[in-house]
Amino acid sequence: MTTPEVTLLPEAAQEPRTLNSLMRGATRWESGLVVLFVISLIYGWWVSPYFLNTETFFFAGLNFGEIAIMALPMTLIIITGEIDLSVASMLGLSASTLGYLFMHGWNIWPAMGICLLVGIVGGALNGFLVTRLGLPSIAVTIGTLTLYRGIALIVLGSNTAVGFPAWTQKLSLPIGSTHIAYDFAIFVVLALIFGVVLHMTPVGRSIYAIGLQPETAYFSGIRVKRIKFGLYVISGFLCAFAGILYTFQQASSASDTGVGLELNVVAIALFGGVSIFGGRGTIFGVFVSVAIFASLQSSLTAINVSGQAQSIVTGCLLLLSVLIPNISESVTRVRTLLRRRTSEAS
Amino acid sequence: MSVIEQPVTTPPAGASLVTKILRFRELAIVVAIVLVFVLTYFKNSSFASTASIQQMLSGPSIIIMLAVGETLVIVTRNVDLSVGSVLGLSAYLVGDLFVHYPHLPVVVALLAGLLIGLACGVVNGVIVAYARVPALVVTLGMLYIIRGIDAIVVNGVQIQPSQIPQSFVNLGAGSIIGIPTLFWIAAAAVALVGYVMRTFRPARELYAIGSNPEAAVLAGVRVPRRVFSAFAISGALAGLGGALWLAEFATVASTAGSGYELNVVAAVVVGGVAIFGGSGTVLGAALGALLLNTIDQALVASRVSSFWNQAVAGLLLLVAIAFDRYVSLRAEKILRVEGAHRDNA
Repeated sequence: MTTPEVTLLPEAAQEPRTLNSLMRGATRWESGLVVLFVISLIYGWWVSPYFLNTETFFFAGLNFGEIAIMALPMTLIIITGEIDLSVASMLGLSASTLGYLFMHGWNIWPAMGICLLVGIVGGALNGFLVTRLGLPSIAVTIGTLTLYRGIALIVLGSNTAVGFPAWTQKLSLPIGSTHIAYDFAIFVVLALIFGVVLHMTPVGRSIYAIGLQPETAYFSGIRVKRIKFGLYVISGFLCAFAGILYTFQQASSASDTGVGLELNVVAIALFGGVSIFGGRGTIFGVFVSVAIFASLQSSLTAINVSGQAQSIVTGCLLLLSVLIPNISESVTRVRTLLRRRTSEAS
Repeated sequence: MSVIEQPVTTPPAGASLVTKILRFRELAIVVAIVLVFVLTYFKNSSFASTASIQQMLSGPSIIIMLAVGETLVIVTRNVDLSVGSVLGLSAYLVGDLFVHYPHLPVVVALLAGLLIGLACGVVNGVIVAYARVPALVVTLGMLYIIRGIDAIVVNGVQIQPSQIPQSFVNLGAGSIIGIPTLFWIAAAAVALVGYVMRTFRPARELYAIGSNPEAAVLAGVRVPRRVFSAFAISGALAGLGGALWLAEFATVASTAGSGYELNVVAAVVVGGVAIFGGSGTVLGAALGALLLNTIDQALVASRVSSFWNQAVAGLLLLVAIAFDRYVSLRAEKILRVEGAHRDNA
């Protein structure tokens, strides 16, 4: 699927780096996202005078924190050309495990440790099945999506665990006297780490290389399997972590915690400009994508659009995110073709 | 398409072997179903009662309908994640039709469901096949859009059983010679589509597309048109499934069928349809759905807590994928050895 892009590359390199490169910068997906984010802010301010205040910012950060955290490892996994659909089930399993252990008299700290361990084991199972057995990740993670949710059901059944220590409720309040949600702060720190790793380290370059051409990457000495395995483990770990955060914010945990969130996470990553075929995408894009989704959700909630009806917007954005680059790509192709024709004629 | 002459070739020796393995694949599911059935029967003899068996057949019928359409799409190396939401929308709209026209004939209601689904499938198909964008993203987007439209249309007002005419409810609850009507309909869909997929050229081209899209183009297959049809049919079957959902449950909220998409894909994959296209049968997918449902009921009958259902289903899915991988690796090996023998001869 990536071959057409590869053949396009030398052509692009030959173009003079003047106005054209500026134009390409302006037509990058991420630039469009920033513009869209500004538009969504203006829209929010237009529909509700209370939109542009710190409260909205806080609640948006609180509501989107877990999804945003899970979107980071998802981004890296999709860039390598794989997918992880088990993220929301992992979050649910972690929340259920925490609830179960706490109900059975465990201290909260070791219980949290066990949850993170569960996340690592779950991620390792995904990674093992995908890299060592060579199974298609979409099928494997639909399987583990069902399996992990199933284990969550076995662990907690229809019980709801409540009564977590008082300090945990602080996590649903702003940090100190600021208006920043803990979730949001954690997401920003993680996004910075992921951004640096993806864009500035050899590992990050390897991740792109794997997504563009796994065989070429393998023959260039990149440890394809080890990197993919590592990404699944990180994904499991962070989803378990998000599960703990989610539990503390809701002050309760049940086995159906976070059902169906996996598709939201995938949607955010794809809207952020991550190519489903791998090899393309940036953390910045995903970051802005999170901001747009959060801002739109706040403004639509402000005008009393129900959560379910809001999904129309999500869907349309997702469709546009694949249609627009596609259209612009065909426009570029036609233009280069025309240019070549005219140069041949002259 | 039939104008193009296909040179008649004798199938290579390996082909029969591959078919054997594929047939073996469906046999494996049948054996699994029988095994589950017998083991559960020893634990709880009422598992073989008429009511229990009827439930075993009618329970997965709607998923089977959806799995048939999903198979067509997955065989072409695409995926349709919108089936669950199409089912929900169609179920509600057909119900709404009954609210306004209580004396609507059953056939018209089924047809209406089919057409609603077809419309959704056509949108999917146009975007995927002609705009050439990845199906996973498109159908994920459509899943959200249709679910949102559903929420707006429903607007908190559910369809109540009293609003559905008895003749239509009979379709969901009734049976013909002891076998649930729903299962007859699902079986008819499997038989019809299964036969078409084996026999006719356009359907065989779906497999060609899934095996190697570039080669299919070079071989003169009109890829966009075929992929479009696969999505349209998948949508239509999901819409029909929605009408049947209404017949079975007689009550519809805006969450009807949510999360079904992954169940359907799971059934199809358990049924031996390769997730990257090119192989698998409609019958296999239907058997996959039947197996998953039978296991669900077996757990209930053997008084295992129903909380275990999902974990077992997930485990089974993983085993099925691993098994397929093993079989295909072996088949490849055998083919290579046979090819070597032929070359030597």
